[in-house]
Amino acid sequence: MGNFLSALLLQAGYNAALVATGSALLGFAAGASGTFLFLRKRALVSDAVAHATLPGVGLAFILMVALGGDGRSLLGLLAGSAVTAALGLLLVEWIARRTRLSEDAAIGAVLSVFFGVGIVLLTVIQTMSAGRQAGLESFLLGSTAGMLFQDAVVIAVGGTLAVLATYLLRRPMTLVAFDPEYAAASGYDVRRIDLAMMGLVMAVTVIGLKLVGLILIVAMLIVPPVTARFWTERAGRVVWIAGALGGVAGYLGAAISASAPALPTGPIIVLVAAGLFLLSLVLAPARGVAAALLRHRRFQRRVHRRQGLLALARSEPILERYTLRVLRAEGLVRPDGVATEAGRAQAAKVARDECRWDIARQVHQDAGLTGRYDGLTPIEEVFTADEIDAFDSRLGGPRPVGGLA
Amino acid sequence: MGNEFVQFSLTPMLIGILAAVACALPGNFLILRRQALIGDAISHVVLPGIVVAFLVTGTVAAIPMLLGAAGAALVAVVLIEAIKRLGRIEPGAAMGVTFTTLFAAGVLILEQTDTSSVHLDVEHALMGNLESLIWFRAKGWGSLFDPVALAALPDELGRIAVVCALVVVLTIVFWRWLKISTFDEGFAQALGLPVTAIGLGLVATAAVAAVAAFDAVGSIIVIAMFICPPAAARLVTNRLEHQVMWSVVFAVLSAVLGYVFAGYGPLWFGSQNAVSAAGMIAAVSGVILGLACLFGPHRSRVGVGREEVL
Repeated sequence: MGNFLSALLLQAGYNAALVATGSALLGFAAGASGTFLFLRKRALVSDAVAHATLPGVGLAFILMVALGGDGRSLLGLLAGSAVTAALGLLLVEWIARRTRLSEDAAIGAVLSVFFGVGIVLLTVIQTMSAGRQAGLESFLLGSTAGMLFQDAVVIAVGGTLAVLATYLLRRPMTLVAFDPEYAAASGYDVRRIDLAMMGLVMAVTVIGLKLVGLILIVAMLIVPPVTARFWTERAGRVVWIAGALGGVAGYLGAAISASAPALPTGPIIVLVAAGLFLLSLVLAPARGVAAALLRHRRFQRRVHRRQGLLALARSEPILERYTLRVLRAEGLVRPDGVATEAGRAQAAKVARDECRWDIARQVHQDAGLTGRYDGLTPIEEVFTADEIDAFDSRLGGPRPVGGLA
Repeated sequence: MGNEFVQFSLTPMLIGILAAVACALPGNFLILRRQALIGDAISHVVLPGIVVAFLVTGTVAAIPMLLGAAGAALVAVVLIEAIKRLGRIEPGAAMGVTFTTLFAAGVLILEQTDTSSVHLDVEHALMGNLESLIWFRAKGWGSLFDPVALAALPDELGRIAVVCALVVVLTIVFWRWLKISTFDEGFAQALGLPVTAIGLGLVATAAVAAVAAFDAVGSIIVIAMFICPPAAARLVTNRLEHQVMWSVVFAVLSAVLGYVFAGYGPLWFGSQNAVSAAGMIAAVSGVILGLACLFGPHRSRVGVGREEVL
């Protein structure tokens, strides 16, 4: 615990602090720029992009060695990965647009083939004399052990640019995400905006490769936006909430991973993000599971209360246990199932409401209003007092309900 | 192409072919149902499955591993469906959340446990070790009739052969159901077919194929074979029967050419060492798909481009 706290406060050494800062920045950038891809319902394009970086890393290494370098320059490797990732991206887009294959088939084809080529190149590198354990496998799952200040700078600069571009392009991207036809009709070049959306994701993927690896960066692009979507209905806010969630997941994940051995950073970050997702899935106010359950229970209660009162009004016995429980809790029936004074009053009110609705649906012309009859809504919420008086004049005088009186 | 071939290349090649066919058959229907990426998801969650199976049993025996992987695939499918329904999230994103999280959990558990003594690591899971599945006892083609040598065949060959046969039988037996429910779910429902069960059965079959193939060849081939051969076949024909045939042809072609290129290709360039066969098979299937995208007779969407002229 002490280790965790000191890591959380950036006191656990230079490398840990660097990793925590880098992860937080990367998380923010990934969350924010992944949002529009998710809103466009193409979240898994990021999976293809991420896998397509691998051959680029291998090619860049081979090329740099062939040119006489040692092949491990981070910028060179990242540039290579960007090239093949862009190629993969264009191929996904081309296959989905020009052939009859659907986009998910295109994504799967590109990711598996590029990854396969990448693996072939890795085995080639392993046998090269200059390969001498190039450590390129760390791009699969990421590694933070040897993180340098330079790596953090790459993430900071690249991440800032990606977030900035997301901010600048938020209007056209929102438009394209929700209504591409309308965007096209308003003169936006939908294809180019789509490419920009995917290009942003590609940029974040490339800068995150070293830290979390190409398989888990996909999670950082998808999970925070999905989580953020639970908390708001406004696209503009999803971006920032996703960014914040990604940043928190990155920071917390890095801190946890620094607090004990054998806790690899990438997976921990992803699991923290998944934990936040789970919390949101259950607890989010409007879209969460708990809220939905609560809404359902409340609705159920209203139905039982209404039906119970109607049964009282007609002097019918109530057999449904839950109905009895609801009515008893409000003091509307006695434990033996007979209506109390208050229960009879409520029953009379509900019965009158039902009669009024019957008349309203016979005489009123506006189906938009009478159509709101659902057996639950009090008539006072739909019609004016004058109209209700008019219904009452057809109903005749009050009659006692519920036996007894 | 003699005794050495039988000893070193025959079994890996056979395993590659069987794995490719086992994955390509269900892949046809997954592609047509736009569920192509379920194969991707399954092959990612296989990792946590085998790691947990290793933790529980403490061995790297094949059967517990397969059960663990199949269990993980099942858990993943259920989780995806639950997240989709409970959170009202689109299927792609639900899939992305699920398989990346489970994969991360798998990597974490792997790091936490001491697996250094056994052959269990992420790279192996991804790349497979097709090249190492050699038939030590074989002396030549004659060994095919030698019971002692046959008994020493790699276990993986038997398992993938059984699974491949199972997939073929299932595809043939349920052919009409699969076809009707894939192309017109409403009609299938009206006929009284158990549409949901057919869909789940298809995914389950795909999972079994994926897990068995994964055991032998690693997860890259699994994804590639689920998608590339059927997708290429889809661009070649408009009839499902022909599409399935073509996909099998493409799968076999990818496996054979991929293995040959990986094993012998580097020699042609003067290099001594072979490259990853799994990766090469995936690459060859990609080339086949690329050719189909460029020249396939039925490559365009209906009503677009060429077909508009006709």
